Amino acid sequence: MNAREEVLARLRSALGDGPAEVAVPRAYRRTGTCDPDRLAELLADRLVDYRAGVHWSSQDGLAETLSALLPAEGPLVVPPDVPDRWLAAYDGQVLVDSDDAPLGTGTLDGAASVLTGCATAIAQTGTLVLDGGTAQGRRLLTLIPDHHVCVVPVTDIVDTVPEGLQRLAPTRPLTLISGPSATSDIELSRVEGVHGPRRLDVVLVR
Amino acid sequence: MNAYGTGHLYGPARFEKAARVELAKPQLRENLRHATHTIRDRREEVVDEVPDWEQLRESGQAIKARVARQLPELLERFEAAAVEAGATVHWARDADEACRIVTGLVKDTGASEAVKIKSMTTQEINLNEALESAGIDAYETDLAELIVQLAEDKPSHILVPAIHYNREEIRDIFRQRMPGAADTLSDAPEELAEAARTHLRRRFLSARVAISGANFAVADTGTLVVVESEGNGRMCLTLPETLISVVGIDKLVPSFADLEVFLQLLPRSSTGERMNPYTSMWTGVTPGDGPQRTHIVLLDNGRSATLSDPVGRQALSCIRCSACLNVCPVYERAGGHAYGSVYPGPIGAIISPQLTGVGENASLPYASTLCGACNDVCPVKIDIADVLVHLRGRAVDAKRDTLSAERIAMRLLSWIMSDPRRYGRALRAARRGTAPLAALLGGRRTVRHLPWPLSAWTSSRDAPLPAAESFQEWWQRTRAEREQAQRGNPSKGETS
Repeated sequence: MNAREEVLARLRSALGDGPAEVAVPRAYRRTGTCDPDRLAELLADRLVDYRAGVHWSSQDGLAETLSALLPAEGPLVVPPDVPDRWLAAYDGQVLVDSDDAPLGTGTLDGAASVLTGCATAIAQTGTLVLDGGTAQGRRLLTLIPDHHVCVVPVTDIVDTVPEGLQRLAPTRPLTLISGPSATSDIELSRVEGVHGPRRLDVVLVR
Repeated sequence: MNAYGTGHLYGPARFEKAARVELAKPQLRENLRHATHTIRDRREEVVDEVPDWEQLRESGQAIKARVARQLPELLERFEAAAVEAGATVHWARDADEACRIVTGLVKDTGASEAVKIKSMTTQEINLNEALESAGIDAYETDLAELIVQLAEDKPSHILVPAIHYNREEIRDIFRQRMPGAADTLSDAPEELAEAARTHLRRRFLSARVAISGANFAVADTGTLVVVESEGNGRMCLTLPETLISVVGIDKLVPSFADLEVFLQLLPRSSTGERMNPYTSMWTGVTPGDGPQRTHIVLLDNGRSATLSDPVGRQALSCIRCSACLNVCPVYERAGGHAYGSVYPGPIGAIISPQLTGVGENASLPYASTLCGACNDVCPVKIDIADVLVHLRGRAVDAKRDTLSAERIAMRLLSWIMSDPRRYGRALRAARRGTAPLAALLGGRRTVRHLPWPLSAWTSSRDAPLPAAESFQEWWQRTRAEREQAQRGNPSKGETS
């Protein structure tokens, strides 16, 4: 017997007592109770708790808001499909990652910041979800630069974890980001800033 | 016939002996007390703000019970989905087989080093030692694992393997053993984290092979999930060309939607955060994004043996949050190393003996006061105390046919106690015999150390002196008074 067959045979024999069918109760909250107008504030509160920067912007003022947050000189990394209007007021150097000309890890390591959007955001837990969709790019873009600026339209925010996961396709590469990189490994106290971006700025667009 | 697990699942000494050594380290106890109390309070705060916490626990418990019941089918479904998505799936009966598979896979890439994400499963199978003997350098990238690896020590906690060190000790380990660490490095946690960042940066950017575990494996989709804080996990999961994930077969959940339960239960229970900083999910290979070769090693190593025990199988529901360690009075004092296994604390005391067979780890089910604090915090409602008692029974059953001093003493006691007059006589004799001792002890009614062979009894508990009056004697003495009182006051007797 090969290992696969043997492990499966062991498991079937271990269940020889015929354990009873189990019904899974689902009495937990699947949809939130938060007033939809207040979701963005809840998300902001959670993000601040993680020591992320939170900035509010109108659609029209977004280019100015971003330009003020981004490093004046750059280089700034962006995915290929980042909307032009986001960068309309930015004068620094911009490095565009693309399938044809992917940025190397050395280049990313030398970049000052990365600017992306997100797939959805979960207010209860202060979580941004990236799924490699529009304006998000490859996973390593939001990992290697030390500063991540993420644009979140308030209409993309959901209340609870179940609502957030429902919006995702499981087979895409998914990254859930809740604040800047952190560790609790020294005396179980939380410290921000290890290997991932040490600064996370979130721009909430109303 | 059960096939038991091998690897780092037991230590050289029984728990009570190892604990005695650890208890003699005041700094260790101070470090553990500080760390476990910090995390305990944080957990309580973020759990209390979730109004449906109990409902989430009940769902988590039921999902995992269902997984255990359907494990063979779910594993086949997981394998098919992962292969469909571009992953290669391997199966390992035990630790040695898993190590051979991983070592072979690393060698096939031509690489002589690999970066690692913190993984209990790879610690369980002693993977680092196996890689080292094959000439492959494995670099731990989680901060706590890095500390343990630099110190050439063993993990002592499921979540924070270096919990037994305080910041000054970590600073000293870094200064002495981390290449490039400055002599002026301070003990500020921010500075220590920065030193680890600098130390590992180049290694991440040049790594060709990464080795991970997984927190969850989704049967329907073949998706793996890694929950982490620092970003070292994301580095390992996205930068190298080849990713090898060692996954215990107990890590399955049926569907992607089931993650909505566990991603709420796990972070609040383990680090006391509403959500951990980073969670990565990947399914096979995504062209142009992340490793283009992904391998999954499905590991048994005693899990099927655990599944065969109808009471004990609930231990397979564990999601390795470590909340039970942080509230355990025994763990807080003895520390993780005393348990010998890579899985310490209350959950370790029910996992390790089942993976190895109870005979190999017979002292662990006794490493508990049965206070039940672990049951209260377990996010998937494992009845740890109940399984501990059950395993104590199995440990006794395993030796039932052999004669021991304890067994002879118990049989003798059973004979004495089965007859009231015999018992009364024995008690009076014992009282007379211990009278000089009672006088010597003053007011105390317990003896800490008895001479051999009774020392076996007092090695882990005090022995009480015989009571000055037994219940039977008290009953005889006061019966006449009671009957007298009842006859004199019949109404009181009726209503009481």
